[in-house]
Amino acid sequence: MIRDFGVVWSERGLLLEGLENTAIIAVVSAVLALAFGAVLTPALRSRHRLPLWLARTFVDGMRCMPFLLLVYVIYYGLPSLGLRLDNWGSGLAALVLYNTAYMAEILRGAWEAQAPEPAEAGVAFGFHGLGLFRRIVLPPLVLAAGPVIGNQMIQIIKDSAFLTTIALSELTHAASSIQSRHYVPFAAFITAVFLYWGLCLLVEAGVSALGRVAEVRR
Amino acid sequence: MTASDALSILKGAGATLTLSVLGILLGLPIGLALAIARWAQVPLLGRIVALYVSLLRATPLVTLLLLLFFALPNVGVPIGPYSAALLALVMNTSAFNCEVWRASLLAFPKDQYEAAQSVGMGAALRFRRILLPQIARASLPGLVNEMSMLIKVTPVLAVVGVVDITRAAQRVGAETYEPLPPYLVALAIYVPIVFALLMLQRWLERRQSKAELAS
Repeated sequence: MIRDFGVVWSERGLLLEGLENTAIIAVVSAVLALAFGAVLTPALRSRHRLPLWLARTFVDGMRCMPFLLLVYVIYYGLPSLGLRLDNWGSGLAALVLYNTAYMAEILRGAWEAQAPEPAEAGVAFGFHGLGLFRRIVLPPLVLAAGPVIGNQMIQIIKDSAFLTTIALSELTHAASSIQSRHYVPFAAFITAVFLYWGLCLLVEAGVSALGRVAEVRR
Repeated sequence: MTASDALSILKGAGATLTLSVLGILLGLPIGLALAIARWAQVPLLGRIVALYVSLLRATPLVTLLLLLFFALPNVGVPIGPYSAALLALVMNTSAFNCEVWRASLLAFPKDQYEAAQSVGMGAALRFRRILLPQIARASLPGLVNEMSMLIKVTPVLAVVGVVDITRAAQRVGAETYEPLPPYLVALAIYVPIVFALLMLQRWLERRQSKAELAS
């Protein structure tokens, strides 16, 4: 058993590259999903029927869809419609599309729980439209939604492991390669599990740091 | 894609459904047992459960599944794709269920528990007649949410060779050289099921917040 972990150690370069790729694709897609989600949130609170319906349908549709099927539709299905993305493009597109819906829903929930006074004061000071949203509404929203966004970030890290099925070289894929090369399944996958754990603990630490910032600003 | 292709995907749905239902049915009581071990602060066991839950909640299902499927035979435990799939689902969902159950255990009013003690109820009776009915109701929305999460991760079970909806769709796609239609059929099976659970969860939450307002 110790020898097996020695084998994994000798392949640490591969594993670290996988860890790095997991971190990169998770962070990039979280940032993009949060940005697109923030754009979508006002539509979820729209007073007009059409944008509200479109946004609701998108968000509920994504929430009802298994993530892996979305990946397969984009990676294997879309080429027959003439849109060909490689595994990184497909993985990123799927993660962003899927999590945009979740981020929008998270921000909507946090927005509904916010007191209306700051926004009204903002209007009184001459803020309106996008400026009002970006400078007055969004910052406390992100701070209030911090823990839930953190949970979603953990979900993104875990979802990114599904991308091993389209041969994206992330952490689980690296563990799989080590296991098939040296036949050390336990050592390879348990190391990957602990690395995922480490990533998630890192996100949780980040969330509690953000919580302290929110507490100071209150 | 022909009707017989669609039928083969539907057949795969049988495997998906069986594994999901078994996973849910086993995951609920195991999650409760884990939650009680932590809530009652059983020495050592409580700590171990806390560690186990934290680790499993951070582990992607694919990684867990591959670990079980490849490593268990390696240490002399023979395991097939279906049992590995079920074991991975149960381990994963019970860790999440544990946290849902634990939250309602922690929120349970202590005075009720003490009142039951004062009228001479034993521990088992207290649990069955006082604690369980109320925490089950409080946990229900969270548990339904976890059920829909479980169903949504089942496509990954195909990775170790379970012939489920996804695997059947992949086969049809490979035979017809038209991968998109079978995946859309797969989606047409999944989306209504998860949507129904989502609606159930919203309804339960609404009913609960109304009950809270009334009390």
